[in-house]
Amino acid sequence: MATNEISKAPGASPPFSLAHDDWGRLVLTDAEGNRRSGVEVVRAFPLSAPRQFVSICDPKGRELLWLDRLDDLPESLAQRVEDELSKREFLPIVHRIVSISSPVEPSEWEVETDRGPTLFMLDSEDDIHELDECRALITDAHGIRYLIPDTTKLDEESLRYLERYL
Amino acid sequence: MNESDEKWGALPPEWREDTAAQLQAGETLLAWFEPDLDERLHYARGLVVLTDRRVLARGRARWDDWPLTEGTSLRTAEHGSAGLLEWVNGAGRLACWRYTAAKATAAHRLVQRLSALQSNGKTEDLESARAVCPSCGATIDADDGRCETCVAGPAKVSPSALLRLVSFARPRAGLIALGFLLTLSATAAGLVPPYLTMPLIDNVLIPWQENQVDNFHLAVWYLSGLAAAALLAWLLEWGKLYVLAWVSERISADLRSQTYAHLQRLSVEFFGGKRTGDLISRISNDTERLCNFLSLNLIDFATDILMIAMTAAILFTIDPLLATAALCPFPIILWMVARVRSRLLRGYLQAGAAWGAMTSVLADTIPGIRVVKAFAQESREIERFDASNERVFHSANRLNKVWSLFGPTVTLLTTAGLLIVWAFGIWHVQRGAIKVGVLTAFLAYIARFYTRIESMIRMASAVQRASASAQRVFEILDKYSNVPEPTRPVRPGRLQGRIELRGVRFKYGAREVLHGLDLTVEPGEMIGLVGPSGAGKSTLINLICRFYDVSAGAILVDGVDIRSYPVEEYRRNIGIVLQDPFLFYGTIAENIAYGRTDASREEIVAAARAARAHEFILRLPCGYDSLVGERGQSLSGGERQRISIARALLIDPRILILDEATSSVDTETEREIQVALENLIRGRTTIAIAHRLSTLRRANRLVVVENGHIAEIGRHDELLEARGSYARLHRAQMELVNGSVSDGNE
Repeated sequence: MATNEISKAPGASPPFSLAHDDWGRLVLTDAEGNRRSGVEVVRAFPLSAPRQFVSICDPKGRELLWLDRLDDLPESLAQRVEDELSKREFLPIVHRIVSISSPVEPSEWEVETDRGPTLFMLDSEDDIHELDECRALITDAHGIRYLIPDTTKLDEESLRYLERYL
Repeated sequence: MNESDEKWGALPPEWREDTAAQLQAGETLLAWFEPDLDERLHYARGLVVLTDRRVLARGRARWDDWPLTEGTSLRTAEHGSAGLLEWVNGAGRLACWRYTAAKATAAHRLVQRLSALQSNGKTEDLESARAVCPSCGATIDADDGRCETCVAGPAKVSPSALLRLVSFARPRAGLIALGFLLTLSATAAGLVPPYLTMPLIDNVLIPWQENQVDNFHLAVWYLSGLAAAALLAWLLEWGKLYVLAWVSERISADLRSQTYAHLQRLSVEFFGGKRTGDLISRISNDTERLCNFLSLNLIDFATDILMIAMTAAILFTIDPLLATAALCPFPIILWMVARVRSRLLRGYLQAGAAWGAMTSVLADTIPGIRVVKAFAQESREIERFDASNERVFHSANRLNKVWSLFGPTVTLLTTAGLLIVWAFGIWHVQRGAIKVGVLTAFLAYIARFYTRIESMIRMASAVQRASASAQRVFEILDKYSNVPEPTRPVRPGRLQGRIELRGVRFKYGAREVLHGLDLTVEPGEMIGLVGPSGAGKSTLINLICRFYDVSAGAILVDGVDIRSYPVEEYRRNIGIVLQDPFLFYGTIAENIAYGRTDASREEIVAAARAARAHEFILRLPCGYDSLVGERGQSLSGGERQRISIARALLIDPRILILDEATSSVDTETEREIQVALENLIRGRTTIAIAHRLSTLRRANRLVVVENGHIAEIGRHDELLEARGSYARLHRAQMELVNGSVSDGNE
């Protein structure tokens, strides 16, 4: 019940702490000193508002804590949350499209990302979503997502590859 | 309104004298009705009149009358599209009249008037039953509810749909004029070269060949003139094509937008009667065809006409006699075009319809693919598609038949024209009337002339094709919404949510599904609508949402007829949760904010929390940024339902409609949704339909609808005690639940 009350109070600046236990599980200690282990940190709007709206859920997906803005937290704690998020989220940022195997799907894409070069298969052109004016999200055959944060900043060759999907 | 009108109501003048002769002293006319069929259901006009003393009927030649005595009554019955009005007493039927659906409302009115008279002796005269049209303020008959001035007449058929494109072209008049000017000058520039060949041959080549006269210094001038003309023609052509292509693309884009915008404003009724595929085909295919027509054919056509006129002028200035001979086949070609035109138009209309039918098959089966596969009907669907594809082929083939004969015939005629020029020309040269150069130039011109004619003939087909497309597009634009905007709107602002139904009737075609409902719902009250399927519950909700308008009676919200509110502003006060919630392609956040695109992320999250959707959304890979809808993340029925509840919560409506919101999910999920719904219902006027009576526990009152009537109103326990329809329904459900439990135990 106590956890429920916390989640119902959005915006309240939450003095809490995050730590790892001996098994490597993430442990949340809230203001009252209640400890929950195995919690997960998730962003509610990972693409449209990554620095805001972070939720900490128990292993069953129930919300324990809601953070409106990461910037409101003490810097070390914000960094902590940020670290956990980056450990959990795998969303490579595509810097360059090196080649596309064929103009019709399924096609093999060779890309350079912030996590290194990789190859993936694109099943259909429907798997490339234009999120807004200049951002694109690609979902590959395995469901792995790749983000292009700003299509206008791509080099000319990459843009030529991507153009027909947007 | 003059005095006699007041006395007679709307009784048609031709009946007045006749009726007056029948009335006794002091007898007043209460209502009248014109049956329009005889007993064999052939059209025949008659008249039935209700007065405060008698029922009078005018048959084929004579009047009958019956006094209003104890136990006599009128009743209506409807079979198919013909209705029967019966005049009965305790012993049997005294008389009957038959009528078409067009007279149904008048028949019901007669019955109502009589029962009003018999139950409380109310002899209200015709005048007091009049009301004011909520839309335009004209006086209308309160029973009928339809305002003559507001009901749209039959659609106007314009002679040439293509001409109506002019209204779309008007805003671009400046550019079109520029394009036309460029066309004119480009065409003129294109006509210069043959003119220059004339002196080139006569002054340079022939003198050299015959007399060795060296005039070659002139040739340089002529050749540079030719080059300059070609360069100029190229430049002008370029400008012309670009300007006109831009304009035509713009016009067809405007047409597309306007058609789609118009489509969005049409009432739900329109979409019920239309095939999705056909509508898509009209907006995409037909407008595209129009664009092609405007950008390619029309430009060519204009150029052709100009070219033909200019060439003809040049020909006549060079040699009138030769010109007359050369133009001989021209009238024959024109006559042929006129003949073939109407056949082409019919052919293209048919082809358009066949194309629409084929798209409809696709639009039908692709969304329903699961049913197709489940019933193993793939091959039948393939056959169905083949059949409509075959129709596309045949309609195209019919056109080709006309076209394949027509085209070569024109070519033959143009060749004939050329032959005539040759023959005439040779004879002229022989006589010494003209020089060889003139003949060459003439031949060059006439060749151009007839190529232009040929390409212009092809226009005949393009024009017909385009006007068929234009007709199909304008057909949508000419449709009026059955839910018209009021001409004198009342701004609803934020409503209180008091709903009042007054004698609401509704007809689907000839079938009346609601027979005069009266109900008042207080602000914040929750009403549960119960009753068997087809009783009219969903119809009632459609009327309250104003997807349709009542056939008679009125629906008042906060004391104002809803037809007086601007439709969009009124609907902004209504939130709807349907049985099968529809999610659009987009993110979850966008779907929740569908009714209020300016909602902040905090508000979206708050709505999702209240709708019990927040936690499952967080579990999705992109949270609120996850894509859903067609092509997106697949969600379960309960999850989609909770998103639609969040959507309704976010717009904070005063009136909430729940149409079987929980019937498509399991009981466990239903419990979850119930919690979400309770947050939603709080403080709002709510009308909920549910088959599971358990879901209506929260309702302040339950309204039992049966066969288009309100059978019972009351709280759950009151209705159980009354042992009426509700008690019966409740017992049946309890038996079903207990039965299934005991089955499970065995």
